Parts: sequence; C-alpha cells; structure tokens
Amino acid sequence: MSERTAATTDPEAADDSTETPTEVTSGSTAVVRALENAGVETAFGVQGGAIMPIYDALYHSDIRHVTMAHEQGAAHAADAYGVVRGDPGVCLATSGPGATNLVTGIADANMDSDAVLALTGQVPSDMVGSDAFQETDTTGVTAPITKHNYFASSPDTVGDTVGEAFALAAEGRPGPTLVDLPKDVSLNETDSEPGPAQPPETCRARTDPADEQVEAAARAIERAEKPLLLFGGGVVKADATEVARQFATEHQIPVVTTMPGIGAMPEDHELCLSWAGMHGTGYANMAITHTDCLIAVGTRFDDRLTGGIDTFAPEAEVVHIDIDPAEISKNVHADYPVVGDAGRAIERVDAELDEGPDAPEWVDQCLAWKDDYPMDYAAPDNEPLKPQFVVEALDEATPDETIVTSGVGQHQMWAAQYWTFTEPRRWVSSHGLGTMGYGLPAAIGARVAADDDETVVCVDGDASFLMTIQELSVAVRENLDITVAILNNEYIGMVRQWQDAFFEGRRMAAGYDWCPQFDKLAEAFGARGWTVDSYEEVPGAIEEALAYDGPSVIDFHVDPAENVYPMVSSGGANGKFALSEDQL
Amino acid sequence: MSDNRKGLQGPAPDERPHPDGRRNAQGIRIDPEAESEHEPRRTVFSAIVEDEPGVLSRVAGLAARRQFNIESLTVGPTTVEGHSRITMVVEEPEPGIDQIEKQLAKLKPVISVGELDDDAVRAELVLLKVRGEDPDKVHAITEMYDGRTLDAGPETITVQLTGDERKIDDAVDAFRRFGIIEIARTGQTALAHGSKKTVPGEEPGTSGEPTKPNTNTQ
Ligand SMILES: Cc1ncc(C[n+]2csc(CCOP(=O)(O)OP(=O)(O)O)c2C)c(N)n1
Ligand SMILES: [Mg+2]
Repeated sequence: MSERTAATTDPEAADDSTETPTEVTSGSTAVVRALENAGVETAFGVQGGAIMPIYDALYHSDIRHVTMAHEQGAAHAADAYGVVRGDPGVCLATSGPGATNLVTGIADANMDSDAVLALTGQVPSDMVGSDAFQETDTTGVTAPITKHNYFASSPDTVGDTVGEAFALAAEGRPGPTLVDLPKDVSLNETDSEPGPAQPPETCRARTDPADEQVEAAARAIERAEKPLLLFGGGVVKADATEVARQFATEHQIPVVTTMPGIGAMPEDHELCLSWAGMHGTGYANMAITHTDCLIAVGTRFDDRLTGGIDTFAPEAEVVHIDIDPAEISKNVHADYPVVGDAGRAIERVDAELDEGPDAPEWVDQCLAWKDDYPMDYAAPDNEPLKPQFVVEALDEATPDETIVTSGVGQHQMWAAQYWTFTEPRRWVSSHGLGTMGYGLPAAIGARVAADDDETVVCVDGDASFLMTIQELSVAVRENLDITVAILNNEYIGMVRQWQDAFFEGRRMAAGYDWCPQFDKLAEAFGARGWTVDSYEEVPGAIEEALAYDGPSVIDFHVDPAENVYPMVSSGGANGKFALSEDQL
Repeated sequence: MSDNRKGLQGPAPDERPHPDGRRNAQGIRIDPEAESEHEPRRTVFSAIVEDEPGVLSRVAGLAARRQFNIESLTVGPTTVEGHSRITMVVEEPEPGIDQIEKQLAKLKPVISVGELDDDAVRAELVLLKVRGEDPDKVHAITEMYDGRTLDAGPETITVQLTGDERKIDDAVDAFRRFGIIEIARTGQTALAHGSKKTVPGEEPGTSGEPTKPNTNTQ
C-alpha cells in the first residue's frame, strides 16, 4: 500500500470492515471475505446471472460497490482507482458478455502495468464446455492480457485463490489478474476461511538488486558526461518518487519522463524536461538524443517513446533499472541492467557512487534547449479557441494536486503537454493501449479513490467521450464531483491530423456531419452542462463547473484545425521532431 | 495573440545537430558503418511447471503472441507429483532467446526454466509408415538405425526410431526410397549431461516413486 493510501484511509472505516467481516458459509462469502481480508474497500461492476451469488454476499459486506453502466467502465474505474490509491482496484462482471465487456479495460491495465483484480461469473462447472447460455471461455480470452488468471474449482479454495490473485496483481510489476467463478463454486457451502492474501511462490519479485549490477551501474554513471534520468511509470508505481527526485537534484542530473511517468518529477522543476517521445517536448527529445548515459527507471521503452530504435539515444550507454527482468534488453539493449524495486535500486546506486557525475555544461545545454523549443502555441485572434489555452486555464483554476484523466487523441496530448503536473498519481490516462473512452470511467474511479477535498478533472475528446458517455449516469447517481472538459473539435482529431500529414488530406471517417450537444446531453443525464465558444467564456464556465458539487460537463468548441506538436513521426528519430506539418 | 504561424517555434530538424550513433534492430548500439545483426541460434529450454489445467496453452500462447519461433514442444510428468517438464526447441537470435527464457519464467505455473548446454542428452521418437512392397530392405534399414517394426502388412510397414535429431533426419532420408506414406515425430526431449541439473533449482528424485513437491522452493 502506498503512503498516500495509508494517509488517506479513514481509520474508522477500516475498523468497521474488520469488525464485521463476512461470515464464510459458501464460495461467494469466502470470495467477499478474501476481499475484506485484503483491505478492499470499493468494487466497481455490473450484475448478472452467474455473478449474482457474489453480489448477494456483497449485500452484507461493508465493501462499497459502485454500479457502472458498462463493464468496460467498471474495469477502467477500477484501474484508475488503483492508480490513484496505489493498491489494486477491483471490478466484477457476469459471465459471457459481462466478461468480454471487461476485456478492453483489462488489456488497458495490462499495457500500463496497473494492478486490477477482475472477478467474473461463469456458468456452473458441469456446464462448462457445453456452449451454455452466456458461456465464454473467459480464462482463455483473458490469458494474454492478464498477469495470470484463475478458474476457481472449489468453494473451499476459492477464497485463497481470490486473495492470491489480489496479491499477485500488486506483486513486483503490477498488472491485472482475473478469477473466473463458476456459479456452483460460488453457491456451494464451505466454512473454509481464506488465509492472508499472498502472491504465488513462483511469482515473487526480486526487490533488492544484485551488488555487481549496482556497482557496474554506479561506475557508468560516474563517468558520464551527459547523464540523463528517464523516469517511467515504474517510479510512480513503486512509490519511489521521493528517492528519485532526491537522486536527480543531489547529483544535478536532468530528468525526462515517459507519459506514465508524468509527475515523478515536478514539471516546474528546473531539471525537469517533461516527457519525451512522439509528442513529447522538443527539449526532452533533444536530451534523449544527445545523452551519453541514459539512466532509465521503470520503463519498457515503448515505441511511442523511442521512435525508431536505430536512432533512440544513439550515443548513450543505457543503465536500466526495472523490477521485471523481462524488460531488460527487450526493446533497447541495457548495458547496465539493475533488476529490483525502483526506489531500492536508486538508493543502492546512490550509495555506491563515489562521486556523482559532474556535468554543469550538459545541464546548461538542456536548459538552453528549453529556451530553444518552447511549448508556446500561437493563438491568433482570427482563429477559434485553442485547446491548449483551455488546458492551461483549467490547470490555473484548479488546485495543484488535481487529478486529471483523459480520453485518447489530440486532447490527451494537449492535456499532458500543457498541464503542469507536480505530483505522482495525478495524471491518469490510457498510455499503452490508447483506449478512447477511458477518461470518464477513470474520473469516476479516481473520484471514488480521492479525498473529498481533491479535484478531479477529465479532459476528454468529443469522440472519446461518446465511447463511454453512459457512465455519466453513474456519476450523477453517486453524486460524484467531477468536471469533464471536452476539447470538442468535431473530429476524431488525431486521425484527421495523420490524414492531413500522411494521407494527403483524405479525411475518411474522421469528421462528423453532426455532433451532439454535449451540454444538453449532460443535463439529460442529470449533470450540469456548459458550452464555450470563445476565449471570454472560458474562465466563467470553468469557475461555475468547478464550483458545482456534482458531475459537470463543459463542451469547449475548439479550433478543429489545430494540430499536436512537436511530433516525431512513427519510427522516426526523436531528434528530428517536427514543429509544424511541413517538417514531417 | 496576433501570431499566425502554425505549430511551434524552434530550429527546424535540419538545423539541429544529429549524432552519428546507431542501434541495430535489437536495440544494441553498433558501429554505424557496420551493419551487425545477431544470427538465429537453435537451442533447447527445459521448464518445470505446475501441472494445472491450461499450462500448455499458456506456454504455447505466449510463444505465439510474442512470435517466438518454436520448433517443437514436448510435455510429460517428472519425479515430483504435480510437476511436469516442458521441453522446447527454439530458434531465435540471441536477445530473443533471452526473452523467451524470461517471459517463460514470468508465467505463474512455471516453477523454473533453463537453457540446456550443448552437451545435453537429447532424443526424439518418430513413427514412419512406408510402403510394404520391399519388407526385407525396410527391415535392413530399420536394423541399421536401431529401430523397431511395430506393424507390418502387405500394404504398409510402420517402424519406430529413436535418437537425436540428426540420426532421425538421416533415417528419414534413408526410408524415402520406399515411399513414406505417413510420419509422426514427437519433437526433442532432453536432460542435462551427467549429474548436472536440467533446470536450475530442480528437485532431484530419490526413488522410483514420485515425491511430494517441496513448497518452499521456487
Ligand atoms: C477504442 C479506440 N478506437 C479507435 C482508436 C483510434 N483513435 C486514436 S485517436 C482517435 C481520435 C479520437 O478522437 P477524440 O476523442 O475526439 O480526440 P481528438 O483527437 O479529436 O482530440 C481515434 C479514433 C482508439 N485509440 N481507441
Ligand atoms: Mg475530437
């Protein structure tokens, strides 16, 4: 559990749930008891035939259940809940379509290494394989997108299985796990109380790195003339932010992050060059291109980060700290691998350094690149409202530690580029899978996870919002205080940008002839809605929406022609990022 | 707000310095002049796995989705109750071989996995069904390769051969002259040479009977 969770958990609520633990009389009560034992306070899901026994057991439990409109929403909400809280989110679905609706959310969690436990109902054991009503081979379907999945075989062991799956989701490199629960296993009697949640013996992660790896990495860092730290999502997940920041500032090493690593280093810190990759800052991409020692922590070197492998950090010796040995030299060869927990590994390497690298000229160079490639977009008077302006206005109007979720597309890039994140677990987005529709259910999960005094904003795209808009009903029903800001360009804008750049402007299936009135839709759901067309209206609408204690939607009609820059074309060199379309 | 430019400001790509360094397709830094790629290598992995439903499909699925090139895969019980051994012949360039081992190790039912040394003992079994017109000659070749005749009739003769891959390949070639009707090969299985453990951490068997798994070992 993260420090954040420990600090924010209401001690009384925690006491409550241990005072009245569910009595184990059946498989389903054993499942719920296992969740209680693991400290689960909230679950997101949708009812249905095969999962009904589990819901019936939840009826008597102190675990809060948030009924979602669609199982995809349940998975995303659980995912975001886990990102914000630092321990696994839980989602539930029935068999067949319930389980398959979870798939996108599970795949999303898998790509972003987010800890999620999914519980799915299944047809009774003796009907498995008969193509029974609402039967799907759920473990078969989800095997490639889970750390591991389980098919529960007996009411006596199902509690332990659920505990193990929960613990496995969080062990080492986090990720989703799933337990498929045949209805008879849930219904049948047992008095077998689940033991404490423990990850399986065969999946224990090495947290303390080997001495020789630490020593070799330290020697490489000592001799670096242009050292650069790359903080990935692993720094955030390992709650290693403090240690990582300390290391960077103590040794004066500039920092770039990946997108999931946003917030690992305060973006307003002088040494922070923000995030690198396809739409990363010019200065981050310059630094990655010219460093001679890349100290990468908790990253899997995704192709959106690296661009073409041939030109990725081409001058650099790579020190790669990661808890998953399989990430070492998977995409980028690690000259100095360090397998272990991010925080522990950084501490060990730091202690091993005789003297830090001393590279003031390199730091100056990185700072000069900040001046050379400023992120200042043009906002001429004769053009419509710029989406970047909206993001900046939202950032300004909200407290420092606001949680921001997003859909996928241009708006996601602008949110990541123009919001200044200073803390981890505040940027909650779909990175590896790039799932449109993540934003709203994620905002719901984040809202449930966050403290009451924290602000939750979803920066969404018009098309992304339409993919999971039904979850607005949940936000209204649960009276969740979230603000959805749609950067509405009446396009699936990221696709339109690529069509203009790479398909000679043939905008096939990228635009709408007609776009719904989102403010009215919001009102129809029972939320509040605003439409904003001009710069003048921006501050007022934001202020009202933030002040409203409940779900609100602001439909910002932004410039449909605006494009995201910088941009590294896929497979291109990071150092050759384009600043405008003619440079692609 | 009167600036009408598109995009952001800063030196254009061709005005920036670009380093000469390069990496190859496997992400290894190379001399930009010399194009170096690792050649594929053929090797054998042995894995001890928990004998639970779906374990084979997890291993096969992993290989398929990560595009690991598997030549053969065999599975069977071990000296420990509830543990199976999977033997896998793969062909990949070096970093790929390393990936296969690490990805296999990540699977929950995989208890331990290791790559076999060159001196490992390897064998495979093949059944060959050939035309029965020349029984004496078929018999002679079968003898030559220490094979056994399992089924003989006027139309077909089926023989069984065992041995390492090379011997089997040679034998199959030798039988071609009779006209091979059907063939079934098991794929290689293998054990480490001498008293070396085939898989790191593997529990040695002590009697003819399967032992209970030691739950304290990984
Ligand atoms: C589920 C899903 N389907 C399709 C895509 C492909 N895709 C990527 S961005 C994008 C456009 C998104 O449009 P919108 O949400 O309006 O965002 P914008 O780019 O306009 O800001 C599409 C279709 C995707 N990422 N996810
Ligand atoms: Mg759009």
